[in-house]
Amino acid sequence: MSVHGLSRSQQRSDRLARRRAVNRLMETLAWLSAALAVAVLGVVVWSVAARGAGALNLDLLTKPPVPFSLTPVKQGVANAFAGTIVIVGLATAMALPVGILVAIYVNEFARPAARSGITLALDVLNGVPAIVIGIFVFGLLVVGRGQSGLAGAFALACLMLPLVARSTMEVLSLVPSSLREASLALGVPRWRTTLSIVLPQTIGGVLTGTTLAVARIAGETAPLLFTSSIVGTQVSWDPHRALQTVPVAIFELSESPDPADHARAWAAALVLLVFILFASLGARWLATRSRRKLGAAR
Amino acid sequence: MSSADLTTDVARRPFTGRRARLGDLVLEGVAGAAALAACALVGLIAWKIVDGARLSLSTFGPGFVTRIAWNPVAGREVYGAASFLFGTAITSLAALLLAAPLAMGIALFLTELAPRAIRGPVTALVETLAAIPSVVIGLWGILVLGPQLRLHIEPWLHSTLGFIPLFGTPSPAGASIFTAVVVLTIMILPIVASISRELFLGVPQELKEGALALGTTRWEMVRGVVLPYARGGIAAALILGLGRAIGEAIAVTQVIGGGVFIHWNLFDGGDTLASKIAAEYQGATSKLQISSLISLALILLVFSLVVNLLAQWIVRRAARSHGGGTVRP
Repeated sequence: MSVHGLSRSQQRSDRLARRRAVNRLMETLAWLSAALAVAVLGVVVWSVAARGAGALNLDLLTKPPVPFSLTPVKQGVANAFAGTIVIVGLATAMALPVGILVAIYVNEFARPAARSGITLALDVLNGVPAIVIGIFVFGLLVVGRGQSGLAGAFALACLMLPLVARSTMEVLSLVPSSLREASLALGVPRWRTTLSIVLPQTIGGVLTGTTLAVARIAGETAPLLFTSSIVGTQVSWDPHRALQTVPVAIFELSESPDPADHARAWAAALVLLVFILFASLGARWLATRSRRKLGAAR
Repeated sequence: MSSADLTTDVARRPFTGRRARLGDLVLEGVAGAAALAACALVGLIAWKIVDGARLSLSTFGPGFVTRIAWNPVAGREVYGAASFLFGTAITSLAALLLAAPLAMGIALFLTELAPRAIRGPVTALVETLAAIPSVVIGLWGILVLGPQLRLHIEPWLHSTLGFIPLFGTPSPAGASIFTAVVVLTIMILPIVASISRELFLGVPQELKEGALALGTTRWEMVRGVVLPYARGGIAAALILGLGRAIGEAIAVTQVIGGGVFIHWNLFDGGDTLASKIAAEYQGATSKLQISSLISLALILLVFSLVVNLLAQWIVRRAARSHGGGTVRP
């Protein structure tokens, strides 16, 4: 009798030990996978920083590339930085107002059916691969007319639109409806309420969303390959011509067999990465700040 | 929603005047036009891509998707998508297979295990990984990761697991499907992980505490409560990750090497639909070649539509069965 009971409790503690061991194993695996992700980020950033810092100098930002030179010359990718500034600026100018208007319509005017339809369209647009957007703009604007910075900017704007609209919709829905009601109760018409009461509340959130979207499209290569990539080496600010951009320059330099080109690719990647990381961190900081402000308003 | 209906009534009271109502109409009209334009853009993309692909599709017919060929030599032009479809399937599925358990591990770590002090920083780091542009990941892939894999990992896998045809002889050229798989894994990992993290945060605390109170270990609680509760959302997150892997062009072009053939050796080169399009960006000259490239884009577009709508449908179905669990790409 006592022997029987002992063996049963022995069995039970064996099982408990096994369950605990499985639990420990799974917890360790979860720790390891998080460590792996952080390690990969560290290795990528460190590779770019270590290799890019060596090649980083003022020439990179101020001097255009020199093709086919037999002797080493001072050269950079100034044309790419100029082009990226022009194209990303134009894309933001196209996508930002449209995105905000779409969000205003969805949040303040649309019936539920229209709302879910537009949201679905934005999600689908967001899911279209960047290279397909590039091919689309190639067919729409480039065939017959040639590549241009404007075509590239339009392609990037297509990527940016759902991001801006989505983030603006989210902050608009956070604005307390008591604010709208108070304004309307004072006899302020709807459009004034929307533009001068509701919209100013969302500036922090819109700025966050826009910064994140700019950080995202500034690094996009695929939409530009077919729209603004066949370029000369001179620095140009004219969006009617094809402009070089930083991501396309990195892409081309990375496929070159020349180690000097690799060095410039790393340096350009370092500049791009620093910009993107700062923009993301800045956006994160803005987001927590504006959320606190909205929370206080409530 | 009810407050919005109320405000509509208030705003349309006659005493607000004709000018006020005109302003309302103008703003609603302009905003509505923007919303319509956004919807029209989706239609325009579909129409332009289908239109561009027409020449190739009428020349090759449905055989386009089953033919292994990409020959742009004038007079003997023939194009087919089969090898690129195969490349897309093998790279994205393998990347998903690697990323799925890792992403679940990261999400569980961030929601259940991580000490409070490192939870925020690690979440931010994982999201930072997603912010690195694909061309930078590709640059790292071709110059740092690729050589490491070719010199150390690939020969080791070949010598230990070489009896499986997937782990064949490493190609001396350096570029390989395997490198592309690793690069894609890195790219979709943070996406799947951060969606899953949000799903796990949505699991009601009472359910988890109930399971723990019954004497389960933490893993048994996760397996019995967290994972089943978030099942639909996880499926949607994985599908969105797959969609991202299918559509990634730049980083894959940089590391995969290229080639128009179907083989099972992960350590040799290949091409995906997206990487083939990207690789041809300066070389496409004839109308038929451009149209064939657009046909590849059409296949990608169809994939991305199917993936997105499927994910949406799964999320809606999951949301109907229990209140929580929203997924956003």
